[in-house]
This record gives sequence, structure tokens and C-alpha cells, in this order.
Amino acid sequence: MQAKGKVFKYGDNVDTDVIIPARYLNTSDPAELAKYCMEDIDASFVKTVRPGDIIVADKNFGSGSSREHAPIAIKAAGISVVIARTFARIFYRNAINIGLPILECPEAVAGIEAGDTVEVDFSTGVIHNVTKSTTYQAQPFPAFMQELISAGGLINYISRNK
Amino acid sequence: MGMTMTQKILAAHAGLEEVVAGQLIQANLDMVLGNDITTPVAVREFAKIGVTEVFDKQKVAIVPDHFTPNKDIKAAEQCKLIREFAHDKEIENYFEVGEMGIEHALLPEKGLVVPGDVVIGADSHTCTYGALGAFSTGIGSTDMAAGMATGKAWFKVPAAIKFVLTGKPSKWVSGKDVILHIIGKIGVDGALYKSMEFVGDGLANLSMDDRLSMANMAIEAGAKNGIFLVDEKTLEFVKEHATKEYTIYEPDADAEYEMEYTIDLSTIRPTVSFPHLPDNTRTIDEVGEIQLDQVVIGSCTNGRIEDMRVAAQILKGKKVAKGLRVIVFPATQKIYLQALREGLIEQMVEAGVVFSTPTCGPCLGGHMGILAKGERAIATTNRNFVGRMGHPESEVYLASPAVAAASALTGRISNPEEVAE
Repeated sequence: MQAKGKVFKYGDNVDTDVIIPARYLNTSDPAELAKYCMEDIDASFVKTVRPGDIIVADKNFGSGSSREHAPIAIKAAGISVVIARTFARIFYRNAINIGLPILECPEAVAGIEAGDTVEVDFSTGVIHNVTKSTTYQAQPFPAFMQELISAGGLINYISRNK
Repeated sequence: MGMTMTQKILAAHAGLEEVVAGQLIQANLDMVLGNDITTPVAVREFAKIGVTEVFDKQKVAIVPDHFTPNKDIKAAEQCKLIREFAHDKEIENYFEVGEMGIEHALLPEKGLVVPGDVVIGADSHTCTYGALGAFSTGIGSTDMAAGMATGKAWFKVPAAIKFVLTGKPSKWVSGKDVILHIIGKIGVDGALYKSMEFVGDGLANLSMDDRLSMANMAIEAGAKNGIFLVDEKTLEFVKEHATKEYTIYEPDADAEYEMEYTIDLSTIRPTVSFPHLPDNTRTIDEVGEIQLDQVVIGSCTNGRIEDMRVAAQILKGKKVAKGLRVIVFPATQKIYLQALREGLIEQMVEAGVVFSTPTCGPCLGGHMGILAKGERAIATTNRNFVGRMGHPESEVYLASPAVAAASALTGRISNPEEVAE
């Protein structure tokens, strides 16, 4: 499994209220949520994001609320992977459960800039910055997690393996 | 190797003699909770699993509290969906408007959580029940669905930070000031993935309402859970509210803690979190001149009876500042009724307060008190993120009910010592 795309870069503590503001939580439709993704921190995000693009952020990404709508909105917006220095724990769990790939890699976060083109290989954990010709090593996904992500999340994975 | 309080509870629920930090376990659940925002997603996922019944009709709680009373058609549809699910699955602990309250005030009040329980809730402030000596943590909708289907959840056993509380807080200092002080000290990711365990002589000087307010905000330090030692006050509370059996867990003498802080409660000043992070704290003596447009007193953090009492005590016989909007919302119908019987509502309404039905509404910018561009509010809620209560260019300052009520009288962030007699 691989991902390749252009990078959107953010700082510390990107919280779930800016990822998807509560005023849009009267629906749980992924396509609807995707329209407002990152609206309060980066109004141009939804206009410029393309399928496969990558979010790179600093520490404590996804802090705050337990709303699964946050990783759902990011995934539905077309983001292929989120790379951060650290993730808030509920977001971490939710992202895996809905099949949004996430990687913790402080070195990659330090070396990657907004607009860079980056490739990620989930089976090896290798993050390659195509623009800058640099490579970083993150923890690869174990096999079950790759299966879970390709199944589209925990529930599909469970029902497929029942 | 000794275990922390959290580790002991998790070990017991996983059927293990011992667990260590970092270990992956599967634990049996005593309660699975959801609200009107997170449950619709869980219902959809639950249907995909292919089971027809929830694991235990008494161990699931569904509380429509966020956008209720229904704020718009979409919110009404979400509530309808979960109401029908609760009815269809014969879920006993579904609470309609009229018998409801904000979930984290309601569950302890209804006796649905007791010491030693393991609780997951699809709401980040599920960590509130740690005040009762239970392990409780927020999860997402998919985990809620799996929990409802199987009665189990997987956890990575957390390491812990120990907070030894000593001394007695001064008159206008509450649990809210203590937890804001702690978050200011350790940061919004200071306890990331960890337990915060609260022990020490100072506990005796914190009421259950103080402790619930503190455990509630453990998530604002990134913690997996916050938990308090069980003492006489806990047991009194449990006796008054619950009939369920409970178990008291205490940390082993040789339990391992990654960090230890000693906090003398007598030195804590009323504390305010400035925009846009809960760890951006200043003492009341350092706030300067901050003019306000709105004051919000309530929420799962501070909508309990003691919060209503302190607000009414400060506002009684006075008037809120001209041009200021002051909204008070009790956390449950029972608290509402108690405030009514004690005459608190009359005192506050006479002072110029809007007294609301229980709802999470204003706290997350849902409804019942949204901020316009450039507006400022002081709130007894738990988050002051960008756009949390409305427009992305509005500002939220977090504080205790005493500070919020004092500010309601002056129209600027104020020290209760200055305005109260």
C-alpha cells in the first residue's frame, strides 16, 4: 500500500473543532463533512486538496473532542495519510478504526514543508520527500492494520473476518 | 511491580493478575455511552457488524444532549434515528428531554457509574467518572459500536502521572481552578496517552462536584483518564445515587509513576485560560482588563448544584452588567429542580440571567449562545479552541463559576473577591 500527494502543513494542537467545527455535526455524511474540513484553520484547504494529498502536522494532532467526524472528514476530503509528531489518543484510535492511515514521525515533520510532494509506503514505513529527495523511516503498519485500512476500517474488517 | 489504580481496574476487567504500562488488553465493559452526535455514526457501524442485539440492555446509555432540544431539522433527524435505535434494541438507559441532562452529569446522578467500573463513551469528556474511582475514557463511534455489540474494548494499558494534593483551597477557589492550574503547568499534551491519578490529604477538601469538574478536564491535558482515590465523600455520593455493586481499588505502594507533582491547594488562585488553548492560563491577578460580551455558566464541567449555588450567591440582589448576555444552564433536570427549590433560579433571573434547559449547546458552538465575529465570552466550560463557541474570530476564556459570575456583574473578567460581600 502506498500514498503519494502534495503536503498541507500545520502546527501543534490541530484540534477536532478546527478539523470539523461542531456547527456541521448535525450530519454524519462523509461527503457533506468533507466540504467543511479544516475550514476554521485553513479556508483554502477544501478548494485545493486533491485525492492522495497528505497532511503533515506537529504535536498533538486531533486533540479535543471524540468526534469520529474529524478523521471521516479528512479521509473523505481525499487525504491519503496524516503524518504528525504525535497524535491525541482518541483521534489516533478513531483514525485507525475508520481506516485513515496515520504515522508518527518527528523527523519527517521537521523536514517536510507545505507543497512538497511526498510518497509513503505503509508496508515499509518509508516516507520519501520527492521534492527534496530526502527519506525518513516511520514505524511500518503491521499486517493486520494494513488489512484493516484496505478493508475501509475496523467494522468492515471484523465483518469480513467473521 | 506494583500497579496504579487504573492498571488494577483494567487488570481485573481483563481477567488478568497483573498488567504493565504499554500492554494491549481486552477489557469487559460496565457501561457504553453515546450522545446525539456520536451515536448516529455508531448505529450505522453497529448495523454493519451483523448482530441484532446489544450485549447488555442495561449497560448501554444513550443521551441526546448536544443539539437538544433539537436545534434544527438535521439535528432532529439524528435524534430520531438514535431514539428509534434505543427503542428497537430496548436500551434501558435512554433519556429523553424532560428526564435528561448533560451525559457526564447525568450518569453519576443516576447511579449508572460506580467505583471500579470500566466505562467507554463516545464523547471525550467521558473521563469525568474518574471522580468516582472508575476507569472511564472517551472513544469514537466505531469503538462505541463494537462495545455495544461485544461488551468489550481493547486498551493499551496507560502509564500514569501522580498528583499529590495537599492543603485546603481558599474561599473562591474550586476544583475548576485546580484543574486549570494543573493543565497550565503540564500543557495540553502533558499527560498524552497517560492516566492522571489524584491522591493526597487535600482530597478531603474537594467536594464530589469539585472532583467531577477536575476529572472532566483530564482530556484537556491529553490524558486517557483522570482518577481519584475513593474516600468517605465518594462512598456517601454512591450511597445516595446508586444501587449497583462497586469495588474500591487503591494503587499499590510500589506502583510506578512516570512523574509526580505535589500541589498545595491553598496556594492556588482563581485561574483563567486565555484563548485558544486550555493550558494558556493566568491567575486572576494577572488577567488585566478583558471586556466581555457573554458569560456562560454550566456544562458537563460546571453545571452542577454547587456551581449554581456559587453563581447565585454572587449574583443575588445585584444586576448583570448592561449589554452583557449571561446564560446559565444547569447540567441535569434534577439540578434544575434543585436550583428552583432553593430559590437560585429566581435570584439569577432577577439579576438579569437567561436560565436555560440542560444542553451542551453553547459549549461547542451548537446553539443557545453562539458568538459573533470578534465577540468575547467567559465560560465555565472546558475548551477555548478557535471557533469553539461560534465565529472563528471569537474568543473564549475558561474559568470557574465564581469568576464567571463575578465577571457577569462587571462586564469584564473579575475576581470574585472584589465583587462578593
